[in-house]
This record gives sequence, structure tokens and C-alpha cells, in this order.
Amino acid sequence: MDCPGLCEALVQGGANPGLAQFLSLFVGVVLVSGIPLVTVIVLILVERKVAARIQDRIGPNRVGPFGSLQTFADLLKLLTKEDITPTAADRLLYNAAPLVSFASVVLIWAVIPYTPYHFGADLEIGALYFVAVASLGTLAIMTAGWASNNKYALLGAFRVVALLVSYEIPLVFALMVPIMLAGTLNMLDIIYAQSSMWFVFMAPLAMLLFAISSQAETGRAPFDLIEAESELVAGFNIEYSGMKFGMFFAAEFMHVFTNAILLTIFFFGGWLGPLWNEPLIAFAWLGLKASLIYFVFLWVRNTVPRLRIDQVMRFNWFFLVPVSIGNLLLTALLLKLMQELGLAPRVLQTATLGEVLPMTLVLLLANLGIIALILGRLRTTGRSERLATGGGAGSMAVAAGD
Amino acid sequence: MIPLWMYLVVAAALFCIGMFGVLARRNGVGVLMSVELMLSAVNLNIVAFWRYSTPENTTGMVFAAFLFVVAAAEAAVGLAIIISVYRNRHSVIPEEADTLKG
Amino acid sequence: MEFNAITLAFIVFSLVTLGGGIGVVTCINLFRGTIWLMVSLFGMAGLFILLSAPFLAAVQVLVYIGAIAILFTFAVMLTRSITHLPVRFTRLWANAFAAGAFFVLLVAGVIYPVWVVNDAVHFPVSDVTRTTADLGVALVSGNGFVLPFEVASLLLTAAMIGAIVIARDVDDEL
Repeated sequence: MDCPGLCEALVQGGANPGLAQFLSLFVGVVLVSGIPLVTVIVLILVERKVAARIQDRIGPNRVGPFGSLQTFADLLKLLTKEDITPTAADRLLYNAAPLVSFASVVLIWAVIPYTPYHFGADLEIGALYFVAVASLGTLAIMTAGWASNNKYALLGAFRVVALLVSYEIPLVFALMVPIMLAGTLNMLDIIYAQSSMWFVFMAPLAMLLFAISSQAETGRAPFDLIEAESELVAGFNIEYSGMKFGMFFAAEFMHVFTNAILLTIFFFGGWLGPLWNEPLIAFAWLGLKASLIYFVFLWVRNTVPRLRIDQVMRFNWFFLVPVSIGNLLLTALLLKLMQELGLAPRVLQTATLGEVLPMTLVLLLANLGIIALILGRLRTTGRSERLATGGGAGSMAVAAGD
Repeated sequence: MIPLWMYLVVAAALFCIGMFGVLARRNGVGVLMSVELMLSAVNLNIVAFWRYSTPENTTGMVFAAFLFVVAAAEAAVGLAIIISVYRNRHSVIPEEADTLKG
Repeated sequence: MEFNAITLAFIVFSLVTLGGGIGVVTCINLFRGTIWLMVSLFGMAGLFILLSAPFLAAVQVLVYIGAIAILFTFAVMLTRSITHLPVRFTRLWANAFAAGAFFVLLVAGVIYPVWVVNDAVHFPVSDVTRTTADLGVALVSGNGFVLPFEVASLLLTAAMIGAIVIARDVDDEL
């Protein structure tokens, strides 16, 4: 086996090759899983500050300069709180669920390419790995809800699982579009395929679908049925306290940022940007793009009100799923057609800007066409619904009652 | 490398565990889970044979992929039947579902 | 067979797979049984990776843990009053003996392949394997498996419709 970098240095320093390889792998694993853990400390503060500004408040400002140490204070509070396990709970599963939930997010980071040269694992099936690992989180929530032996927790878990399983479908269908354009499941190759044109210009609709369904996957408003405080007390994690609750909490924050990074990789060119050959600059590009997308996620979360469970489900099955399937089919058809006509390069990774321009234009127009069609349809159905329910502001109450 | 027979022994053991579950478990859902174990043991066998004898063909992988489809379809229909039986007879014990007329 | 990281991984994954399997068939509590099933199938995914089929491993996790596990947990909860059956097994010892005897037979067949004339394959014939891209091409190419692929999708559709029809409440109005 090859043994570059740290491992090589250790061997030259006189270490046993096997041990050196193990140590360097171990350091790599700790680093890769450490990055999200450090990021989440910053994220919680950023989220609270941004939410406060949007809601016209100041936000945390007592601990440290500009409240920057607030997260550490909260962490201490969570660590020192009493750790309660309900007597009737299934102890093993009750304690395992937060770990699995946390792990399902940290594991995704194993395939994220931070720079062209730094990544946890360069898997042939990176994108599929992400989908597979993310589905662990659903199981964790189900387990948490069941093991708590509390009917609110179980009801909350049922609703969340129904939501997560449903929104996985448009998520994967939207994800298929960049995979199809790049012709690979490998994360690095997907980024290299965007070296002359970001996929967001070829598939803006897929980008929107991916963003919406990943927002739902994290259980953020307007899809925050996970903890609909007014209906479910706190959802599936009602019985959790102390650091076990903290792990669910941190997993959610991390998942949002992870989704921002994935959106960057699949649609916004990952670390591509001027001077991306320099590792530090590439890393900065990735961070910058992901932070901007994260900000948009926060913006949506703090602006849109929560939907009811039936509205969320209808939105998924009658809107997102058909649109994502149609989008995938149309993109596939157009792509194949253009490849046969010689208008589109078969390998995007090495194509120049001039070669990808025609296909970008065609795909962009097709996407805009679908979006216009959808908006037109929504306009007519919205109008007929308003007319049917009497119209005006009062129709909101009527619509909520049906 | 690990010799082929070790994979086959693991698959055989899993298959027999699943078989025991299918024969002995009283709960219908448990029986279905055991069937999943058996299917998965078969899948391991297929992939192991593919890797050790004909890795230059895709047939083994394709076969395994189809087995996933079968497993998923089996779970969906099987669980639907169990829920339907439970609703009608308030029992998930396969032996008790012995009448032809619900 | 020298002892190295791959051997260790094989032992760990095998133990996880078999331990999970034993958990599935012996657990009184069916919800725990479902979790054990997932543990077992997770170990199986590890074995697939050792067999250089990462695509199958990822699909294993996605299909089983993402879909089938959730299906099982829902089924367990919908039939909740019987999660703890007083009697777990029927004819325990006879069935255990049957399964054990079958295992001995299988292992004997694996280790002494009496029906194989030439030497049984013990080691991979080559390290070159087909990749995920080849699998994808094979599934949709006319010379490959496009017909079985279509039949499989038909099967899934039929299973989906069948499951909905069977599990639907009879009193429900569509």
C-alpha cells in the first residue's frame, strides 16, 4: 500500500510501516470528523445572530465580545445539566439514537473535498455514499422516538420520518441531474466537470429542488415539524436532556451547513474560483460559497411560517416529486439529443467554455421554460382556489380548516 | 486476500440463522426479517462468486442489484399482507391465519 | 493467509453481520429486532466493500436502512400490541436442530466441494474488476440487461400498487 505524507515522515523517523499507516489514517479520520465539530460551534452563534437580526433583535451579546462565547456557555450548561433517562425507556436504544443521529452527519464529511488535494476519501460512489449515509439519520429519529416510550415523542418521530422519507425522493431526483451532467458519482470529478460552467446555470431548477428538499431533510422552517412546539411539545426529542439533546441539536445545525456545502459542490462548483490550485484559496472559495448559501437557508428559515403536516406532504407528492421527475427526464433527453448532434461535449471535465456554452443555453432555456410553466399553473390554481373559498385575507382561515 | 470459502461460510451461517428465524419465529414481522437475512446471505454469495471467478463481467453485480429490487418488493408486499392480516384477525402469528375467508 | 488490516476488517464485518442476524431471530422485542437487522445488513455492506463492490454497499445501506428498516419499524408499531409475544418460538429445538444440520451440510459442501471436478477457486482470478460505470452501462445497454432492468422496474411498480391495495383500510374511500 502507498503511504504518502505524514505516514512517509513517520517511516523515515523509524516507525513500523504498519503502525505509521495506522497513525496517519487515524490522524486523518480525527481531522475530517473534527472539522464539522469545530464548525458547528461557530454555526450556532452565527445562526442565533442572523436570526436575531432578521427578527429585529440583537441576539446573544453578554458572554464575551459580541456574545462570541455564548456557545461555550451553553455547552457548559448542557454538560452540567442532569442527564435523565426515563425509567420505562429502552436504555440502550435511547442512548444510541443521539450518537447515530450525530454520526449520520459527520460521516457525510468523509467524502467532501475541501480542496483539490484534501479530502477524507475519494470514493468512486461519493454522491451515492452521501445519500446512503444521510438515511441513517431517519433511523436515528425513529429509534429516539420509540425508545423514549413517550407518546408525544413517538408521534413526533412518525411525522418526521414520514417527512424525511418523502423528501428524500425529490432530493435524489434533483441530485441525479448534476450526476448525469458530470457523468460520474465521484465528488471531485463532479467539481472538475464544472470547471468551465457551474451546473447552476445548466440546471437551476434542480438546484432549487435540491435546496428545498434538503431544507426539509434538516427539518427547518417551513418544514420544522420535527419540533412543532405548539403541537408536539418538542417532537421526537422531548425526553432528551443535557448533552444527549445537545447532540441532536448539534447534528441539526451541522446538517444544514453540510447541505450548504453539498449544494456548493453539486451546483456552484465547489472550490472552483480564481486561483483554485492553491489549497488555501480553494478552501476559502468553498467556505465562502457555502456560507452564502447557509445564509440563504437561515433567511428562509426565519422568514417563512411553518406548514401543516398535510400541506407539507401535499407539497411534496403533488409538486416536488412530479416536477423533479419531469426535470430529470427533460434534462436527460436534451442532453442526449445535444450529444448526438455534437452540440455538447461528452466529457465535461476537459471541455472548454466555448464547447459547453450551447448546451448551457439550451438547458437554461428549458429550465426557465419549466419554471414559467409551473408559475403559470400555480397562478391559475391559486386564483381558482381563492375564488372557491371566497377570496381575500379571510380565505386563509377557510383554507386552513379544510 | 481472504479465501473464497470464508465468505461462503459467513453466507451459509447467515442463511441458516435466517432459516431458523423463518421456521421458529412466531411473529410474522420477525419471519419477514429473517427472510431478509436469507436474501442478503444469498446476495453475499453472489457477490463473492462474482469477485472470485468472473470479475471481468458485470453479471454478478447486476444479479446482486436485482436481488435488492426483489428484497425491497418482498418487504413492501409482505408487510402490507401482515398489516392487513393484523387488521382483520388481530394477530401476526402466521399459524393463526389459517382460514381462507377473512 | 497472513493477518493484516483486510483480514481484521473481514472478521469484524462478519461478526457484525452474524451477531446482528442472531439478534434478529432471538430478540423478544421486535423493534430491537429491526435495529439488529440493520446492524447485520450494515456489516454486509462492509463485506461488499471488501469484495470491491462499493456501489452495492452504498445501495445496501440506502435500500435497507433508508427504506426497508423504516418499513419494518412502521409495521412493528402498527401491530404494536403484539411486540412482546408471550411465546417467542414454535418448536424451538427441532427448528434449531434443522438449521444447525443444514449449516453443517453447507459448510461441508463449501470446504470439501465434492461435486467440483477441477480445483475450486480460492483466490480472485484477477484484481481488475468492473466498476460502477460499467454496471450502469450494462443495466441500460441493449446487449446487456435492459430487459431485466425494465422487468425489475415493473416488479417494483406492481409491488408498490399491491402493497397500497392490500394495506389500505377496507372502509377507506378513495
